[in-house]
Amino acid sequence: MTQPASDKVILDPRFAPPFPQGALNVLRNPQLRKNVAHAIDVIQSKRGKLVAEKTDWQELRSAASALRAHVLENLDAYLEEFEARCTAAGGEVHWAADAAQARQIILGLLRQEGAREVIKIKTMTSAEIQLNPFLEAHGVKTYETDLAEIILQLGEQEPSHIVVPALHVNRAQVREIFARRMGLENLSDDPQALTAAARTYLRQKFLTIPTAISGANFLVAETGSVAIVESEGNGRMCLTLPRAMITLAGIEKVLPRFGDLELMLQLLARSATGERMNPYTSLWTGVTPGDGPQRFHVVLLDNGRSAMLRRPVERQTLRCIRCAACMNACPVYRQTGGHAYGSVYPGPIGAILTPQLMHLQHAQTLPYASSLCGACYEVCPVKINIPQVLLELRAQVTNQERHQAARFLDPMYLGLRIANFLFARAGRFHLAQRFGRIGIRLFTRRDGWIHSLPSIGAKWTQTRDLRGFPRQTFHEWWAARDKEAK
Amino acid sequence: MRVSLFITCYNDTLYPETGRAVVRLLERLGVQLDFHPRQTCCGQMHANTGFRGEAFSQAKRFVQLYRDTETVVIPSSSCVAMIRDQYPGLFEELGNETLRNDFAALAPRVFELSEFLIDRLGVEDVGSYFPHRVVYHASCHGVRALHLGDRPYRLLAKVRALDLATLPNVERCCGFGGTFSVKNAEVSSAMMAAKLQDVVSTGAEYCTALDNSCLMHLGGAMHRQYAAMKTIHLAQILAATEESPVEALA
Repeated sequence: MTQPASDKVILDPRFAPPFPQGALNVLRNPQLRKNVAHAIDVIQSKRGKLVAEKTDWQELRSAASALRAHVLENLDAYLEEFEARCTAAGGEVHWAADAAQARQIILGLLRQEGAREVIKIKTMTSAEIQLNPFLEAHGVKTYETDLAEIILQLGEQEPSHIVVPALHVNRAQVREIFARRMGLENLSDDPQALTAAARTYLRQKFLTIPTAISGANFLVAETGSVAIVESEGNGRMCLTLPRAMITLAGIEKVLPRFGDLELMLQLLARSATGERMNPYTSLWTGVTPGDGPQRFHVVLLDNGRSAMLRRPVERQTLRCIRCAACMNACPVYRQTGGHAYGSVYPGPIGAILTPQLMHLQHAQTLPYASSLCGACYEVCPVKINIPQVLLELRAQVTNQERHQAARFLDPMYLGLRIANFLFARAGRFHLAQRFGRIGIRLFTRRDGWIHSLPSIGAKWTQTRDLRGFPRQTFHEWWAARDKEAK
Repeated sequence: MRVSLFITCYNDTLYPETGRAVVRLLERLGVQLDFHPRQTCCGQMHANTGFRGEAFSQAKRFVQLYRDTETVVIPSSSCVAMIRDQYPGLFEELGNETLRNDFAALAPRVFELSEFLIDRLGVEDVGSYFPHRVVYHASCHGVRALHLGDRPYRLLAKVRALDLATLPNVERCCGFGGTFSVKNAEVSSAMMAAKLQDVVSTGAEYCTALDNSCLMHLGGAMHRQYAAMKTIHLAQILAATEESPVEALA
């Protein structure tokens, strides 16, 4: 099945199409939209039920939000504490300023291990630094072990969600990918048969590949521990069988105390998958002789995060625990799915995180990929005010663009400049209303409605009519009535 | 009680009948109405598109016009949300002490229409009559910014002869989103299609809301599609009586 080049999904903000164009590719794909809407409706309804049963949900959100904010205020101290404890427990901590440095560190560690193959626990951070293509180009074969990631890797597809990355793929499509790539012509699309096929494929990898890469849901400063939560247990396999483990984690992932997991895990499972508790929570601290990986490395990744930390409004972005509740609640994501965002981080959190990770040099359409409906903020377990950050980023994008010559005649910029001039004085505004009323007659049909407008107005009338302007504005009516009364 | 009506720029220009309905309704309830002739816009369109300096000038203008007013009523929840949620940040960043103080004193006296009726006047039954099947679209700013809760429903429940339909997925955005509707016109239209499906499934004759902006978007699509439904601002339903039906305001 070949697809036209324009449909190729690119999750690199430097090369991805602007959001409206990326979205258009998806909007013309009913199968994809059905898959996405069905999947998030299922998660949303499960989440809704489980959140409702927690009578202290709002208190939990407040506590988690305060805890994460506290961590960010004291990030340097907690990271150093984590490094000291992890090192004392036999781990080795590496600091990576950006994606390129993180990739080099990981490649170096793999070479040290003599690894030609590596198994991976699902990690979005490794997707952020585009680790897999880099390792493959340097002769290290990567094997994803999360079921959804296997589907994507074997199907040569890109993730469209941060918790359920293959939610845009349905059962029949999974069957097709597995049958083709595993050589199983008679495979049925029964979920049990599909998972059994994945299990057979995976067991062989677990038993033969002694080096693993993971992300981290949390790092614990007090103990130097790393926590991974998952649904399938494949992560647990990666944590027990290999001889060496390399964990890649964003610097914001740290929590002060072991006991803080109690709060965060309650929120994470309910928000992410609509479960009281996720099936597998793995915690490990350094190296334990005779048990699990005997060589353990943590790569702490900055990649734009400390720049975010410096900005008081945007800083809250780093509170995120990657539960994806915002994308499941987002009415924009519901229509477009994840690929439209052109980043491994889609949805509302992606719309604020991606442009910041790119230092606002790319992905400038993402802060506008929202109707500002506020559903994301309402569900966020750590109370990130995503609409507020979107507005902050929009202001920065506008400041960047407004002095560019090309924007001078851009109808949106021009229109808003003119509107501002008019709104400054009621006289100007009222004069514009009068002229507008005459001008709009050109486009108004006999039924009193406008069916087609030029320029930016065409964006409105491509799917909606607009009622013609009334003969009298409200303020004219009021003035006339006032006069009559006197 | 004296109330100053901030009609909003787009209601003034495009939906004067909503303003006339607010006047009829509030005067019927014994409220003395003023209308500041120099009012224009709250600044929401500029703020939401990233034009912060421009939004600030309009916000400042609003506060200066209304600071000596007893009570301000606005028949648009998104404009009230702009004032409550965005003015503080704008004034913190670009304003001075006086402006911040003036705003802090004014803010608690600014009401969205349903808030004013229920919280300030303490009425639910405003004596209206509207013999139609109606569905209420809960706009995002009304639900998540102003937390209007059941206020609109309490008002609708007391309208005589009104048959209120239940809207599935009532809290999902209709896709308008201000300049979002043209900047991301295709996604906005896809969201609208989903909302229209829910709205039309109710079999109502009218779709009402507290924001004419959502209604302009939904009503524009209904008109394009020859749907068997019209949009109407809640103020117009509440203003209608048996003696003086809604058509008298059109």
